[in-house]
Amino acid sequence: MTTASDPASAEALHDVTLTVNGVFQQLRVPARRLLSDALRHDLRLTGTHVGCEHGVCGACTVLIEGRPTRSCLVFAVSADGASITTVEGCLEPDGTLGDVQQAFQDCHALQCGFCTPGFITTITAYLEDHPNPTEDEAREAIGGNLCRCTGYQNIVAAVVRAAEIRRERTAT
Amino acid sequence: MTTKMFGQRVPRVEDPRLLSGQGRYLDDLGHDALEVAFVRSPHAHARIVDVDVSAALDVEGLVAIYTYDDLDGRTTEPLPLLIPHPALTHGRTPYALAKDEVNHVGEAIAMVVASDRYVAEDVVGLIQVEYELLPAVVGIERSRDGGDLVHADVPGNVAATMVQEVGDAATMIAAAGHRATLSLSIERSASMPMEGKGVLARWDPDDESLLMHTSTQTSTSVRQAVAAKLSLPVDRVEVVTPDVGGGFGVKIVHPWPEEILVPWAALRLGQPVKWVEDRREHFVSSAHERGQLHEVEFGYDDDGHLRGLSVRFWHDNGAYTPYGLIVPIITSTQLLGPYKPGAYRVEFQSLYTNTVIVTPYRGAGRPQGCFVMERVMDAIAADLGLDRTVVRERNFIQPEEMPFDHGLIFQDGRPLIYDSGDFPASLAKLKALVGWDDFESYRSAARAEGRQVGIGVACYVEGTGVGPYEGGHLRIETDGSVVVSTGLTTQGQGHQTMLAQIVADELGVSMDRIRVTTGDTRRFKYAVGTFASRTAVMSGSAVALTARKVRAKALRIAANALEASVDDLEIVDGHVQVKGSPGSQIDLGAVAVLSNPLRYAFDAGATRATQFAAPADPSVPPVPENDQPGLEGTDYYSPLRSTFANGMHAVVVETDPETAEIKILRYCVVHDCGTVINPMIVEGQVHGGVAQGVGGALYERMEYDAAGQLLNASYMDFLMPYASEVPHIEIDHLETPSPLNPLGVKGAGEAGVIPGSAAIAAAIEDAEGFAIAAMPISPSELFELRRRHAGR
Amino acid sequence: MKPAPFAYHRPSTVAEAAQLLAATQGKILAGGQSLIPIMSMRLASPAALVDLNHVPGLAAIDVTSTAVHIGALTRHAALEANDAAYLANPLLRRALRHVAHATIRNRGTTVGSIVHADPAAEMPAVLRLLGGIVEAVSSERGHRSIDSADFFVGPLESALQPDEVAVAATFPHPPGGSGSSWAEISRRHGDYGLVGVGSLVVLDEGRRITSASVCLISVGGTPVLVDVTDASSGTTYDAVDWTAALELVDAAIDPESDIHATAAYRRQLARVLTGRALAQATADAIARVAA
Ligand SMILES: Cc1cc2nc3c(=O)[nH]c(=O)nc-3n(C[C@H](O)[C@H](O)[C@H](O)COP(=O)(O)OP(=O)(O)OC[C@H]3O[C@@H](n4cnc5c(N)ncnc54)[C@H](O)[C@@H]3O)c2cc1C
Ligand code: FES
Ligand code: FES
Repeated sequence: MTTASDPASAEALHDVTLTVNGVFQQLRVPARRLLSDALRHDLRLTGTHVGCEHGVCGACTVLIEGRPTRSCLVFAVSADGASITTVEGCLEPDGTLGDVQQAFQDCHALQCGFCTPGFITTITAYLEDHPNPTEDEAREAIGGNLCRCTGYQNIVAAVVRAAEIRRERTAT
Repeated sequence: MTTKMFGQRVPRVEDPRLLSGQGRYLDDLGHDALEVAFVRSPHAHARIVDVDVSAALDVEGLVAIYTYDDLDGRTTEPLPLLIPHPALTHGRTPYALAKDEVNHVGEAIAMVVASDRYVAEDVVGLIQVEYELLPAVVGIERSRDGGDLVHADVPGNVAATMVQEVGDAATMIAAAGHRATLSLSIERSASMPMEGKGVLARWDPDDESLLMHTSTQTSTSVRQAVAAKLSLPVDRVEVVTPDVGGGFGVKIVHPWPEEILVPWAALRLGQPVKWVEDRREHFVSSAHERGQLHEVEFGYDDDGHLRGLSVRFWHDNGAYTPYGLIVPIITSTQLLGPYKPGAYRVEFQSLYTNTVIVTPYRGAGRPQGCFVMERVMDAIAADLGLDRTVVRERNFIQPEEMPFDHGLIFQDGRPLIYDSGDFPASLAKLKALVGWDDFESYRSAARAEGRQVGIGVACYVEGTGVGPYEGGHLRIETDGSVVVSTGLTTQGQGHQTMLAQIVADELGVSMDRIRVTTGDTRRFKYAVGTFASRTAVMSGSAVALTARKVRAKALRIAANALEASVDDLEIVDGHVQVKGSPGSQIDLGAVAVLSNPLRYAFDAGATRATQFAAPADPSVPPVPENDQPGLEGTDYYSPLRSTFANGMHAVVVETDPETAEIKILRYCVVHDCGTVINPMIVEGQVHGGVAQGVGGALYERMEYDAAGQLLNASYMDFLMPYASEVPHIEIDHLETPSPLNPLGVKGAGEAGVIPGSAAIAAAIEDAEGFAIAAMPISPSELFELRRRHAGR
Repeated sequence: MKPAPFAYHRPSTVAEAAQLLAATQGKILAGGQSLIPIMSMRLASPAALVDLNHVPGLAAIDVTSTAVHIGALTRHAALEANDAAYLANPLLRRALRHVAHATIRNRGTTVGSIVHADPAAEMPAVLRLLGGIVEAVSSERGHRSIDSADFFVGPLESALQPDEVAVAATFPHPPGGSGSSWAEISRRHGDYGLVGVGSLVVLDEGRRITSASVCLISVGGTPVLVDVTDASSGTTYDAVDWTAALELVDAAIDPESDIHATAAYRRQLARVLTGRALAQATADAIARVAA
């Protein structure tokens, strides 16, 4: 970590390196820069959304070292060296929709789409450990994310469907 | 034949973009724009004595601080009163920045523009405002007392008093065999979309034009308002609605102060300026809804027929009335639901309080009205010892009575006439779905296990698709693709898919060749907005009419080219062909080429339309009279009056005898929104509405203290339901097509939320054996109610 | 909702952290799941943050014959997932499942939660119930162990001094023959509890109750520990009547009314959940003896 002073401001800037969706990234940010803002505005990965900035809604959820984490509750500088996956990184390598994303379309699990990236990342990680969830387990898995549009029913269905797609895709 | 899209569960065309993180919401734009934060009042009611910015001026990155005194021209005027009404005798609207007085916590006093939002918030913290506190008027009772005033020139805090009456309710009630009264209240909640509001404005000094993005439900009207307030020619202003992260009503209000101030600052500074509302701002400066007290008096006969109904209610409109009386007018008219009231009198007062403004939130006054009417039905049933569904059946408007004129004036200023609906059939479906007739045996079985369960039902009618109009534009490009635009906006309802389905059928073009744009004034300038479940009816109809017009033109040109008669042509999969002889065909792209006589060729396709390409009739001009080049058209749909969707919900709850926890065991919905364009989308709308209904019934409320502080202005304490709080929803549909529009559709956007509080209250009442008169209800409140009833 | 500026320090040893904390009069940044939201709301604006996240060795979970030891960077989720810790002391996992949502637990630390001393938080009550210890280090006074009985001073207030880093916490194993449970009711799944009760019941070979205690959250300024042994001791597990225990709890707590619950309702929940927790802990003890 090196620090530099921004000539235009008294606030110290910190060099931060991140691996985001497999791509090595270097940024220089003030200590208070939230990871959510760093991803969205410094790296222009605007798929990660911000709905509350106090940790409750889950729209900002990204994977840090594979684990779902609220990016609004992490300072970018503190994540220095981390490997991060955002919704943009949940696509298949060929750019088509990933299993969870495809399931969301199949099940109409999104309406406005604002909460969706947080669900996609959360579910992507969840299925790693729970390849075959029941509907009740699926409901619990998404229990920390708010959605104001869908009433969750189709998201629950999408979790189950995503597990199915994942099994199909790994089988082939 | 091309497969028919209308009525199919077509996957949404907007999804791949939104799912892969490629959506473009307001804060995804303008990364280099200056950013705004506001100094907002920490007091509910105060005079502003002084604003001192001196301590803030040295902050690096500060660009500008503006207070009311900096405003100029028409920005110094109060914001518009959007929907005036003769009964709104004391309408008041705020200034873009508070002038001398603040009337609720959160009202904007100073605007800070800085290099980014972090710095802007630093500056906000350094601006000192001196206040002289005034008494805060919070809650309907305080306001009604009239002891302290919100606005010194509004006596008794009364913004409006309005009465409607059909028949002589007092006489009918007096003459009825049975009479009763109820006091019923509903608390405040809010739309609370996951994305707050936001505005990005770019002034182009070379072009002298303003391009503004705003997370709104009406871009066309924002455009008019901004042009007027900034004294710009309207044609120098364009307003674009990007992807919007939910609206639910709060974003139909406009112009919000920020929608004036941000472009005003961009113009002054000559730089892009952006404001993105944070969650705390959203709680204290966007709109709320629902808070109302109702006093109900009614008379009924031995069979449970309602003979007369008189409702007085008090509506808390918050500090200002920019949206007029829409919410209480809807309550007073839609309260009647599927029932004939005998005689009906309704009177309301709209009252000022020192709280955030109240404007429509999904359902818009209907949940309150439905709660009142359904409590009346349950009270009659309880008194007479009748089954609650029997009382409802006896009071229903019958299908053969359609269209049914209530003799009242609806929110659109037009008569309240139901166009269609079959309420007995809907109720029969609902009873079958929930197993109404078997519930008593279920109850006994549960009781044997020490469990306490209850069932409730609630019915509603929802006026949807209100006018005045919407329009559509459609153009077939020379590559055969179709571009469609409509002026109203989208907040997640899948309008692009739904409209593409309509166009696909009307034109005979496959969905993937159709691109739909909504809410962009560069593309379509005349529109009203997205609210009142009106898009399918209004824009759906307008786009269908437009497609028919363009289709007619395409057939005319193709008939010429194919040397066939128009009547013999059909369009299949993007090709115009002679019926029964598919060999003789021309694709729509080629028709589009022919529709536009050219002098210059730029590709092989265009060559066909150039002046020497084919012998032309020298006696007519290349573009005949009354025609125009291009395969495009515009049309509008303006209905005589609203359509009326309806539905009924049944809920089974379990209440814990010890902890008073309330658990929803079943949630059943029967829903009639006329012809269904995309059942998948309609079900999604119902799911979302029900979740908001459950939230409003059991979790959400705005907790103001007596000083006007909002105690739960965060997602931590404003309890929006997670997946764990929303039940699985079982849905059955009935389709009674509306005779009023070309598609037979009615709106579906708001339906799910309306009967939530009514049905859940009924179920809790059924489980507990005492009346539930106030919603929402928490376990703590249920516990206290039990103590009160046990103490009696 | 953006935090105010602060000076950021990233020590790589505990000693360095303690030194920086003293020198800057700043705050420790652990998981940030409590600190960052209040900073974003500008309810707290520390001049400096000392980030523990890059200090090696602080995330260990050590299960010895007597206790579960965790470091200052042990995330809630890691402790919850740790099978050795669960086998030795199932209460840890049972209580952790009520701490926020899984995503918060992925980042939030158990020691941070203890230091934060929220009277509605689960893990302070678990530490108190088990008679655990917090290990603290200051650059000036060196190391000290603080008993949980002395640690929780008031709402959001612990015995930790401003210049002290909490480096570890120790949860002693419950005694042989014991059973434990956590019972909680919250408004929404994952919210802080309206009331939560941890319970520990110890049986002898004759399946008589030799000791029983509960620790409650959200009914006072700190976790409220109530020893209810006297209300039950000597009785065998299947003959026990906890009524007197509920009275002891009722006398010990002092709940307040807030926007989510009245004080009377919290008292009711405290009684009901105490009863449930004691019954579950007793059943757990029997099950463990049988196993
Ligand atoms: C939406 C949401 C819901 C939550 N629900 C719950 C819940 O139901 N139950 C619950 O218990 N918690 C809940 N939490 C809080 C969560 O458990 C926190 O993670 C925890 O309370 C604090 O741990 P932390 O590591 O994040 O600490 P931080 O936020 O980093 O720090 C919290 C405070 O402790 C100090 N501190 C932390 N570690 C040390 C140390 N080692 N030495 C000295 N000082 C230190 C910090 O300086 C700060 O003052 C919730 C949080 C959120 C955002
Ligand atoms: S924005 Fe991070 S949890 Fe809401
Ligand atoms: S889809 Fe709109 S908030 Fe979830």
